[in-house]
Amino acid sequence: MKKTLVGLALLALAGGPALAQKKPASKAKTPAKKTATAGVPAASLLQGKSIYTQYCLTCHQADGGGVDGLNPPLTKTDYVLGDKTRLVRVLLNGLQGVDINGEPYNNVMPSQDYLNDQQMADVLTFVRNSFGNKASAVKASEVKAVRVANKK
Amino acid sequence: MKNALSRGLLLSTAIVGSLSLYSLTTKVAVVTADADNAGLKLPAGFGALVVAETGARARHLAVTPQGNIYVKLNRPNKEGKGILVLHEGPTGKATITGGFGSYGGTGVYANAGYLYATSDEEVFRYKLNSKGEVTNPTQPEKIVTGLINRHQHESKSITLDKEGNIYVNIGAYSNSCQVKDRQKGSLGMPNCPILDSAGGIWQFRADKLNQTYGTGTRYATGLRNVVGLDWNSQTNQLYVMQHGRDQLHDIFPELYDTKQSAELPAECLYALKKGDNAGWPYMYYDNTQHKRMMAPEYGGDGKKVSPGNYIEPAAAYPAHTAPNALLFYTGTMFPEKYRNGAFIAFHGSWNRAPEPQKGYYVVFQPFKDGKPSGDWEVFADNFAGSSEKVATGRADHKPCGLAQGADGSLYVSDDKKGTIYRIVYNKK
Ligand code: HEC
Repeated sequence: MKKTLVGLALLALAGGPALAQKKPASKAKTPAKKTATAGVPAASLLQGKSIYTQYCLTCHQADGGGVDGLNPPLTKTDYVLGDKTRLVRVLLNGLQGVDINGEPYNNVMPSQDYLNDQQMADVLTFVRNSFGNKASAVKASEVKAVRVANKK
Repeated sequence: MKNALSRGLLLSTAIVGSLSLYSLTTKVAVVTADADNAGLKLPAGFGALVVAETGARARHLAVTPQGNIYVKLNRPNKEGKGILVLHEGPTGKATITGGFGSYGGTGVYANAGYLYATSDEEVFRYKLNSKGEVTNPTQPEKIVTGLINRHQHESKSITLDKEGNIYVNIGAYSNSCQVKDRQKGSLGMPNCPILDSAGGIWQFRADKLNQTYGTGTRYATGLRNVVGLDWNSQTNQLYVMQHGRDQLHDIFPELYDTKQSAELPAECLYALKKGDNAGWPYMYYDNTQHKRMMAPEYGGDGKKVSPGNYIEPAAAYPAHTAPNALLFYTGTMFPEKYRNGAFIAFHGSWNRAPEPQKGYYVVFQPFKDGKPSGDWEVFADNFAGSSEKVATGRADHKPCGLAQGADGSLYVSDDKKGTIYRIVYNKK
């Protein structure tokens, strides 16, 4: 019983294309087909998934669906799919008290500025290509440019 | 498969329940449970019905003896109403008859004569007539104003004592009073400044206008966030359910693994006296060692016990399961064992991830002589819809509010889909 539960949680976590990295523990968890979006580096997706699991999953959840009224979903939101500069700024500065796609969320998004440029690019590339999202990769050089402008 | 099986079981209890109803010779109209007990799993002899589907984020609710139900919505609906009015028919099914109050919020409470409701900053009072109807829906009295709302633990829950005082929770706008809230490694602010205006229960007069921090009393402090609270008229004392701290692992990964983070910081029931301090943010209550532990933001390491002079919880429950309502049962419909015991609605967890989630049920905590006595038990289960939906946190319904009907039935509100449930006992 307990095992099925854990299995299910893992299955939900496997939503992203980077799943192949994790050795499936049971047959049920056949990896989602690896639809390599043009120009999205596989290494970035792999790294991004591990950063997501470590630093984002508690709040935004394994399936990227968030938590009602507390933490917004990362599925097809304007922030995730829209302007990359704005997206990078969310990670650099955090966010609070802003409606996401018309819904309020009463929790705080802490700044993730301890992540370096490459890590931030990887996790955002992963998010933009998981949970049903499909968008271009974020490059470390793009993160760097936003970080420099952000400091001024 | 599993679902079909348990549904069959539920159905048969419902039939047994209604059969025994026929042997009753009382004149009181007894509402009948739905054939599937509204999808809930209940102890033998109990049934449940869906009173109404509001389709809104139904936070707390109040029921008057005349069968009026007031439901406080998290956000005003399309018509701009933050409080829904429902009226029950003889079968127990209710229709939405109106709405008022242009503000979202959580708290609502009715007693003889008045209905109290809260936004996330203010407390309002409305007059109830002899039919239990609000007579001044557009001109409430503003009894408390200017309470802090910083978009975290923002809801203001309320209860009243028998002496005309109202108790308002003001949740801490922080997880653990870190210099940088919820950031990895950030330490606690010395002499946590949040406690001046939040992180506790404030007491006001129920009949005075425009009170604020200056005119109210900080009744108890060191309470991170309370959503469920109730006055126990047997002990004449305030009881509250605290939401314990989050993210031990995210913030201090070298001290706590994900399992400890999911299991250790209990959700606590406190019996309060004026002036009590429950210890947030300096400690958390470890539900495995049953000890008050020093918070890692304030020098704790997972082993150090807190030296502070803080009150002991009256009872503790699984971490992160989010107790959003507390109700002392004073009715006579349910069997003797439930009298003066506590029902607690656990909204369900999110902060247990990546471990499976938990909660989404209504618990019964037996009481004896005004103290918790014996183990708590899950009373109403399966709000989520399946054990898989519990584990992933993708619950169909999330129990959030509790109210007792004049006949002693127990009402439950759900802020996910807006279902209003009524649980009845039908074995005599
Ligand atoms: C402590 C909980 C928490 C953690 C940890 C967290 N977030 Fe958030 N995140 C939030 C909240 C709450 C908001 C919304 C704030 C608001 O509405 O003002 C948010 C907003 C966002 C947004 C913009 C809104 C949206 O839903 O599209 C993105 C993108 C995002 N987070 C990504 C991440 C990533 C990537 C990580 C990990 C590196 C992360 N978050 C870690 C709580 C968290």
